[in-house]
Amino acid sequence: MNSFTYTAAPDANTAAALLTADKHAQLIAGGTNLLDLMKENVAQPAALIDINNIDGLDGITTLDNGGLRLGALAHNADTAYHPLVEQKYPLLAKAILSGASAQLRNMATNGGNMMQRTRCYYFYDTSTPCNKREPGTGCSAIGGYNRIHAILGASDSCIATFPSDMCNALAALDATINVTGPEGDRVIAFTDFHRLPGDEPQLDNILKHGELITSIDLPKNGFEKNYAYLKLRDRTSYAFALVAIATGLELQDGLIKNARIACGGLAHKPWRKPEAEDYLIDKVPIKENFEAAADIILNGAMGYKDNAFKIELAKRAIVRNCLTAANLNN
Amino acid sequence: MDENITAVKDAPVAEPKSHPVTININGQQHQLLVQPWVTLLDALREKLDLTGTKKGCDHGQCGACTVLVNGKRINSCLTLAVMQNGKEITTIEGIANGEMHPMQQAFIKYDAFQCGYCTPGQICSAIGMLQEGHATNREEVKELMSGNICRCGAYSNIVEAIMDVKEGGQYE
Repeated sequence: MNSFTYTAAPDANTAAALLTADKHAQLIAGGTNLLDLMKENVAQPAALIDINNIDGLDGITTLDNGGLRLGALAHNADTAYHPLVEQKYPLLAKAILSGASAQLRNMATNGGNMMQRTRCYYFYDTSTPCNKREPGTGCSAIGGYNRIHAILGASDSCIATFPSDMCNALAALDATINVTGPEGDRVIAFTDFHRLPGDEPQLDNILKHGELITSIDLPKNGFEKNYAYLKLRDRTSYAFALVAIATGLELQDGLIKNARIACGGLAHKPWRKPEAEDYLIDKVPIKENFEAAADIILNGAMGYKDNAFKIELAKRAIVRNCLTAANLNN
Repeated sequence: MDENITAVKDAPVAEPKSHPVTININGQQHQLLVQPWVTLLDALREKLDLTGTKKGCDHGQCGACTVLVNGKRINSCLTLAVMQNGKEITTIEGIANGEMHPMQQAFIKYDAFQCGYCTPGQICSAIGMLQEGHATNREEVKELMSGNICRCGAYSNIVEAIMDVKEGGQYE
């Protein structure tokens, strides 16, 4: 780990100002990913701004529109086990609890979960080229060992995947992210927050330097009657997803009236295809229709040497998870 | 280079400045002067000689460094000591109260270890898990203890020991 200065910010405005003033500064909340990256010399901030002491960012509160606001500093575990999340947004609770370990979920924050970086082995290995870590050096995963890598939305610069489980549920639920910064507050649709690598894979998301996440808003509809989260990985607990599927359905008179399918482990961001969800409207919730939706979601998927299996795996996982959601008797 | 890049190779060398922190560890107040990059784990082991908390992977993957902060189990290798100001921390050295904690006794009763290196983390994690109250059966205990690796493979006995404490010594 390199040496750095440390400042505990008393409020969000001070944190944003400190961050804006130093382009080599970074915020620290739970620290579970950032400190790991610093130990590997992948992240080398000159200054850490600790936002844990900022009041008012760790709450979980109901919104006037019937939705729920998740504080950016609320811990993942506290969020997953919150009674309102368990009751109204069980998809989110299940996604959070399928990620990391109990200790990490106690430490990690909701804002930090969104800001976590890829677990691409080459991104972590500073002895290898990586366009995400050092732009212009090349991608070691293309042509290297790429079992955990992307099959959708990748580029010639980067085939890394975004590792979060929580974010798959937030994408499916159409959450919005509240951000503050030197230019004021703004709201970002969840599916717009993370970006595809293109030729700037060093940028994981559209947050500007100087901005910080203050909360995440969930809309009223939590798909609590028909939901499912499926995570497939190399061991049954405490591993990142090879393929993860978050599904929310609304059924009426035996027909699908609303569908959300967000996929993790496939791309540089939680992968949603509105065309597939639209396709399912007014269809019966049977295997054949979910297979057709899966084909739309996976249209254009491309495998590499070690991850081509993910294309078929993802298709089967989508179908299975949608059937599970449709047949849930809540 | 874009300003959003986090890996900064040409970062200026910061002046190493130490920060005073007050931490309650196992019921005792400690005032420490720590450099920003000292993890809680290193502060416990190197500054306070509380070497019961073990360094396994140092990356949050093995759970050997598990301690309780304000009653919650965390990986002490993935947090900075400077971030713990005002916190109450319990390490394996603070678990016993006159006599061994029931979890310590259960680990002996069920032979829930071989080499013992992961045991302090296992015990702190198990106590934290039972306080959380989300594990109701063996399968849930296994899932919620997955952050603690045992390379000797004592898992089955660890689960038995935890179930015994959970059932108040009535587990068979």
